[in-house]
Amino acid sequence: MELLNNILEYVGLFFVLLGSIFLFLGALGIYRMPDIYDRLQAGTKASTLGAMSVTLGVGLLQPDWLIKIIVIILFIGISNPLSSHALARASYHSGIVPFFKNKIDAYENVVKKVKKKH
Amino acid sequence: MNIVLYISMILISIAAFLAFLRFVKGPSASDRAVALDTLSIIGIGAIVLLGYIFQRYIYIDLALVYAVLGFIGIIVIARFIEKAL
Repeated sequence: MELLNNILEYVGLFFVLLGSIFLFLGALGIYRMPDIYDRLQAGTKASTLGAMSVTLGVGLLQPDWLIKIIVIILFIGISNPLSSHALARASYHSGIVPFFKNKIDAYENVVKKVKKKH
Repeated sequence: MNIVLYISMILISIAAFLAFLRFVKGPSASDRAVALDTLSIIGIGAIVLLGYIFQRYIYIDLALVYAVLGFIGIIVIARFIEKAL
């Protein structure tokens, strides 16, 4: 039982450290990237993984709290990609062009088709 | 307190500071919204970790409520930027 507790503690500390490193990398991407779409890519993916990993590590360190921690992890995994999708869509519709010029813009035709229908 | 938790809190603090710098600098409104989204996610991680450090169970509930409210706020801001609200 003592050994199991020690293993759980080390695994939890590893997950907390990994998650904080990923949060730091996500924020660095937010600060350094040249363009809003790149910023969304760097910020959302890395920070989602970081927050999920930190919460999972705390849940392993303190196994009494594990149920509510799992609820938080599921909610972050559903809500954060959804909000980043809404932000990317909003910034495309408000007319921000990408920093690196695209050769193919597939979403442009979809927007035109929807506008023609209305 | 463990040394790993110290290092993690320092890294999370630097991350929050970088996201806040982008929130101040960002040229357009969408950049600020993205920075706010990342800042709220970093805040969730920091609140959960602080709850473990202080051994308070109520911080977990606080993180859950903060996640829900931040998500709703970002969706509303995105619809407003899109001029669909």
